[in-house]
Amino acid sequence: MMRPPGWQRITTVLRNPREALTLSRGNIELWANLLIILCALVFMVLKGATFAVTLGTVFGIWAMLSISLNLVVGYTGLLSVGHIGFFGLGAYTVAILTSTTAYENLRTGEIPTFGWPFFAALPVAVLVAGLVALLVGIAFNRFRDDIYVLVSFGFAIISFNVFLNFRALTRGAFGIHDVARPQIGNWVFDTELELMLVSLVLLAIVVGISWFIVSSSFGRVLKAIREDEQVAEVFGYRATHYKLAVWVISAMMTGLAGGMFSSWTTFIDPNSFILLESILLVSIVILGGLATIWGSLLGALAFVLLEEGMRFLPFLPQEYVGQARQVVLGVLLVVLMMFRPQGLVGRFKL
Amino acid sequence: MEQHSSTTEIRPHTASEGMTLELRDVSVHFGAVAALQNVSLGVTTGELAAVMGPNGAGKSTVLKAIMGLAPVTGGQVFWRGAPLMAATHEIVKQGISFVPQGRRVFTHLSVSENLELGCLYLNDRAEQQRRLDSVLELFPVLYDKRRDMASQMSGGQQQMLALGRGLMANPEALLLDEPTLGLAPIIVKEVFEKVHEINEKLQTTIFVVEHNINGVLDIANRAYVLDKGRLVHSGTPQSVQETNILTDVFLGRLGGESEDEL
Repeated sequence: MMRPPGWQRITTVLRNPREALTLSRGNIELWANLLIILCALVFMVLKGATFAVTLGTVFGIWAMLSISLNLVVGYTGLLSVGHIGFFGLGAYTVAILTSTTAYENLRTGEIPTFGWPFFAALPVAVLVAGLVALLVGIAFNRFRDDIYVLVSFGFAIISFNVFLNFRALTRGAFGIHDVARPQIGNWVFDTELELMLVSLVLLAIVVGISWFIVSSSFGRVLKAIREDEQVAEVFGYRATHYKLAVWVISAMMTGLAGGMFSSWTTFIDPNSFILLESILLVSIVILGGLATIWGSLLGALAFVLLEEGMRFLPFLPQEYVGQARQVVLGVLLVVLMMFRPQGLVGRFKL
Repeated sequence: MEQHSSTTEIRPHTASEGMTLELRDVSVHFGAVAALQNVSLGVTTGELAAVMGPNGAGKSTVLKAIMGLAPVTGGQVFWRGAPLMAATHEIVKQGISFVPQGRRVFTHLSVSENLELGCLYLNDRAEQQRRLDSVLELFPVLYDKRRDMASQMSGGQQQMLALGRGLMANPEALLLDEPTLGLAPIIVKEVFEKVHEINEKLQTTIFVVEHNINGVLDIANRAYVLDKGRLVHSGTPQSVQETNILTDVFLGRLGGESEDEL
């Protein structure tokens, strides 16, 4: 049976707690884990359960994004900065299909309303993201390395412009209001706690699928492609097919996260899907570590803590919080690249 | 010095009969650079053929042409008497396995995982396990390190791993590109012994491109010498040793048009 990384160390410590001291000496991974989890606990205690619950929902969304992107960047070696496009596609699909805004009350253009329930729209959002990924992926498959970054960059820009300018469907900069909350029968998941539960259940599904992929022979071929695509071909694996498959799966999971995001905020506009968000997402993947699901969870948690935590720094005026977050994350990224390019718990360098 | 091309009793230039794997008048061009020019050579079942020559002679290009990794601009590759038209990823399924230059093992995977990648495409766990067991039996050093990461192995051990990975496909023909490159003399000897063992014991047809002339001639049944993309000698290993052909090509005494480094 395949065990999660670090399992042996955990069982060793459980058998003999004194071993913990020996194992922790100079173990940056362990300290990073402890520090981030401790920060999360302190945050929860200081700011109360309600805030922690909101944080949990945001964490779920970022973790889904981070894990799906890690399948492409970490496990397959394709540095995509265009995943924000799939996130937006998922979000807009759910928003368009579920929104029930009465536009006569607004002084802006109307878009068709469908009034679908969230759980009916979500699979469509996943499929739309997958279908677009398939079409885009067929075009992208011929590219590698730096060129791949550039073409995915192009995709992020194109998708943002579609969200902004395809007003007949997206209402452009006005955004879409009243996105439906998850609902099963008469049970509407509209409290923060319920939304967190939905977010974490979806995250669990994403973790499960990703764990299955990376533990399977399919995942092993992806790792081989990341290391040496030509040799993988020589041994009978058509790299382009594998890369396309993981790209589509990753985009579908990103679309799922987008759908959840849309429902959680109940309002979306193109500003949530700008290139900077994509860069932040890549930063989270690198921060946690390439080719590790646990690293993606940890990276997302660290990011959410950093993002929300800075809001409460007494010496930082509120109007600078947004910019300060980006500066801190940028500095963190530079420091990581200099001293720990494999990320907090990763094994591979970019 | 006069350009010369010699053949012996094996007559590989014209003897397509009985050849298992054969290049007939194959040319390869990378842009304007001719890497191979009308090269005809081959190997029969169970044989070990060596391709030798100085840097830039086109030795590795021979194997790449077979594997579909180099653009063949003229001539054709034949496998079991029929043109080999398959794409690179299909060739291993037809019975030809390639061990590339520089080992190129997957360093972030374990030894077992590397080996299993040699035949994961089979989707048959029992067969994969059977092949893994037989390869580990053939390479005791890999058995001892089967759970280690490939990156933790020495160059010689990685070469054994590359050979073992190539054998996992249970190939009829094994293509080896410079299997002793960068290895210490004692390890070179071990690698040649293992290649010889694979050829003798498993009756695997082997095409080996090699710099280490003495070592490879000791185990080869057939030898080819390339220079500047042209075949300048083919025959038995003895025929190579009896002539000065290798001295001539390595010292650049054959003349002819010089091509860029390949």
